[in-house]
Amino acid sequence: MNKSVELEDIQGLVRFAYGHLKQACFLLLRVKEQKQDAARAWLAQLPVTSAVDASPAPARALQVALTCEGLRALGVGDDILQGFSVEFVAGMVGDENRSRRLGDVGDSAPARWQWGTAQKLPHVLLMLYAQPDGMEAWKRQVLKGAAAGFQILPELDTTDMDGREPFGFVDGISQPKPDWQRQREVRDQERGDYTNLSCLGEFLLGYPNEYGLYTDRPLLDPQGAAAELPRAEDVSDKADLGRNGSYLVFRQLHQNVAGFWQYLDRQAGGDATLRTRYAETMVGRSLDGKPLVESDGLNGFDYRRDPQGLRCPVGAHIRRANPRNGDIPPGCPFPSGESEARGAEPVGVRAEALPDGDSVTPTPNASTLTLPSPRGRGLVASLLTPCRCRLLDWLCRTLGFDAKAREQDLIASTRFHRLLRRGREYGQAVTLDQALAGIQSETGLHFLCLNANIARQFEFVQSAWLIGTRFGGLDRESDPLLGDRTPDLNGAATDHYSMPQSHGASQRLEGLPRFVSVKGGAYFFLPGLRALRYLVTAT
Amino acid sequence: MTPQYPFMVVGTVEAGREDALRQLLDSMNGLPGMARPDNELVPFGRFDSLHYARFVILADPTLGDIEVYGLPKPELPTYLAFFGDVDGPAESFLAELVREAEAGLRQIFSHCDDFGDGTELATWLRDHQRPVGANYVNTVGRTVRQIREEEALHRTLAARVPREALDSAADARKLRCQLVEFSRAEVRAGRLHFTREEPTPWEWLIRHYLNLVAIPLIGLLAAPFLLLFSPVLICWLRRLEKTDPEFCPRPDVEFLLTLKRLEDYDVTNQYTAFGLVKPGLFRRCLLTAVVALVDWGACQLFAHGHLARVQTIHFARWVFLDDKQRVLFASNYDGGHEAYMDDFINKVAWGLNLVFSNGVGWPRTDWLLKRGARLEQRFKYYQRRHQLPTQVWYKAYPGLTLSDIRRNGKIREGLSCAPMPESEALGWLRLL
Repeated sequence: MNKSVELEDIQGLVRFAYGHLKQACFLLLRVKEQKQDAARAWLAQLPVTSAVDASPAPARALQVALTCEGLRALGVGDDILQGFSVEFVAGMVGDENRSRRLGDVGDSAPARWQWGTAQKLPHVLLMLYAQPDGMEAWKRQVLKGAAAGFQILPELDTTDMDGREPFGFVDGISQPKPDWQRQREVRDQERGDYTNLSCLGEFLLGYPNEYGLYTDRPLLDPQGAAAELPRAEDVSDKADLGRNGSYLVFRQLHQNVAGFWQYLDRQAGGDATLRTRYAETMVGRSLDGKPLVESDGLNGFDYRRDPQGLRCPVGAHIRRANPRNGDIPPGCPFPSGESEARGAEPVGVRAEALPDGDSVTPTPNASTLTLPSPRGRGLVASLLTPCRCRLLDWLCRTLGFDAKAREQDLIASTRFHRLLRRGREYGQAVTLDQALAGIQSETGLHFLCLNANIARQFEFVQSAWLIGTRFGGLDRESDPLLGDRTPDLNGAATDHYSMPQSHGASQRLEGLPRFVSVKGGAYFFLPGLRALRYLVTAT
Repeated sequence: MTPQYPFMVVGTVEAGREDALRQLLDSMNGLPGMARPDNELVPFGRFDSLHYARFVILADPTLGDIEVYGLPKPELPTYLAFFGDVDGPAESFLAELVREAEAGLRQIFSHCDDFGDGTELATWLRDHQRPVGANYVNTVGRTVRQIREEEALHRTLAARVPREALDSAADARKLRCQLVEFSRAEVRAGRLHFTREEPTPWEWLIRHYLNLVAIPLIGLLAAPFLLLFSPVLICWLRRLEKTDPEFCPRPDVEFLLTLKRLEDYDVTNQYTAFGLVKPGLFRRCLLTAVVALVDWGACQLFAHGHLARVQTIHFARWVFLDDKQRVLFASNYDGGHEAYMDDFINKVAWGLNLVFSNGVGWPRTDWLLKRGARLEQRFKYYQRRHQLPTQVWYKAYPGLTLSDIRRNGKIREGLSCAPMPESEALGWLRLL
């Protein structure tokens, strides 16, 4: 198969976070009634930045994404729209079940959002990136002529907080690493170990995902304008409108910084060290980003050596958002034949310094579960040798007969639930002293992430792992930072956070308020460049 | 030990009365699809032995799928199914039900075509019981009462236990003993209860051990025959696997919303799915054998907290209807639907394939175990399309998942002051 990746057709955001462009601005646009043609013509001329390497790095960038409502307003037909995922077509709001699952309830209910519903549901999202002081000019240049076809909603500005999120933690350390070289084997197979490397199809439509399959997306007859679109890899006689595109999830998350630090200060009785320690156990990293479990670099770790959560509580934010487990709980100390030679090296995770930061990569032989071969030993002897007998051990774990493995099997396999995060902070940064003094600020995170399957990736992580109150078998608690604190149906509270300790019952923080609330959001499609041209010209 | 039994009553809905029945059933609910425990028709909350119960109208919108085989759409009735899981024999529960809720049940079942004013309810229920092909109970012997008592124990101890770090393991042992003493005092004061376990009924034991040997024995007897014909059977299976049409279109959006409206109020959800069995003798025999095997596995191998790797299913059942033309699958599971499907695909796809690849349209399998449910999106569309909205659903212990129940059980088991290894004493404290 042709394994090429058309970087020139992919929007840059999939490959780069544009970290060197410190200024970012998100513009939400709505197509004016009866102005569809003007809107389309304007979109068609936008200088959208591609994922091609540029040297020197670009001084500014522009990315474009559209909601389903937006595509409809631009005149894209229902036959094409129905090819997109159900979640994208339905949108983030309008289905109470979705709101319940995502924790968009109470103060975070869509009815209270600043944008994202009814007349404030954006059609088009423009993401502008520029170097300091370059934004105003860039914005003027981009928006020239926009008013003919678009109504522009209040813009969403961002603030450069120097790599920290508003609570004060270094953010954005852990990211999946899309397999741009397409070296990861495209085959449905069990993988025992955690790795940051993800099949391209987890983030880009039109490429194989972790199941070795192509995620559904609109496939068209390659006639007329559609002939310009790339062909589908899996259905060669179809034009692939999804290829090189991704779904972009956007949520404006307001962070109550004063509430956060004041709460912790009360719990710590004013003890500054303890206050910081509480905050750090809630996150799972130190303020400077160092993980609480032993790690090679900032990102070379998993939780196999801390199953009880004694170092990093099971409910810690980074452990929930990325549990770093494999498809099957570990059994014998050596997951594959070859690892015996590696002796006590920890569990198939090896950190490698990569240009874009520390990253976990799989050791070649441990990344997949190798079915055992007795290798010279008699089969029977091999079956009887404790722990050498991998087939039996594997069978035991697969059938759930290994009680120890079962205890480690309460969390879904990580590799099917990864998100490429592209968020930016907004609002006036608050110092710790200001926060403790109760100074409120409209600050938070414009959470942006990319994924190919909204239900399996973003919605799953948000609902099962972050909002879920039984993550890893925990006792009625949701994410310490993001949790919605909705009581159980029998009235039991879910507003505590437990920190297991080696001697004694778990320590607990009780009565956690909701620290992060949702102010707006929508599901967007971030099309490939040819697809964008097709959508705004041909349909 | 008190074993759990399923009950399963199926009646045919009288033509033209389905909508009225839907409305009536809906009147039992507080939240959408969630029965009020004290509803006027069937006050489920009054029955101490009842774990789960549901009313489902089995109107299958996918009957036309058989046309992928070039066969005409079958004329099959719409059923009303009433089923659930109880401690102790189903017959005694149904008798109690008739005593306590006769009027409500009469009102409901009067929408069935053979239920008139003169019908005797108890007899009608008995006559309309259907055998359950395979039945799964997460932990055989755990009663509703035990679940509630152990939850009360957990709450009491969790509120009581000091949460400061202890200096030594000796302190942990001491603390554990204090807590054991405290719970004994609570029992004496009547604030906690531990009901003594009932003796295991001998009929159940006999049946259980007969079942233990019967299925392997049948397997042993059939083995020479199967071995002899295995080339033929394998070729037959492979040919079917290659030619059976796949039919997994995306479910209708409105239908999806109907299903989702009923979900995620509690930490546990219900699932009911219904569909046609593939035509032909081979699939029919294979499915019969597999369902029997699943039932045996559920009784003998998976009666203690897990169905293979899945630990989130409270109860599940597979039921044949219409002379094995159709199969109903129903379960009660913890967490959201997407997480449930994730478990299905990533932990037990092989098991799903074994059974459901005999259903019309299932994603293509290889060697009966491979692919199939691993074809993620096709599988997800398939199962949602075959799911039916559960009109009324009752759970006896809202707010409790299996992980809670399991932990509470361990807390109760560990209520002992006997000398024990340090790690055990510490592990027990961490459960609180």
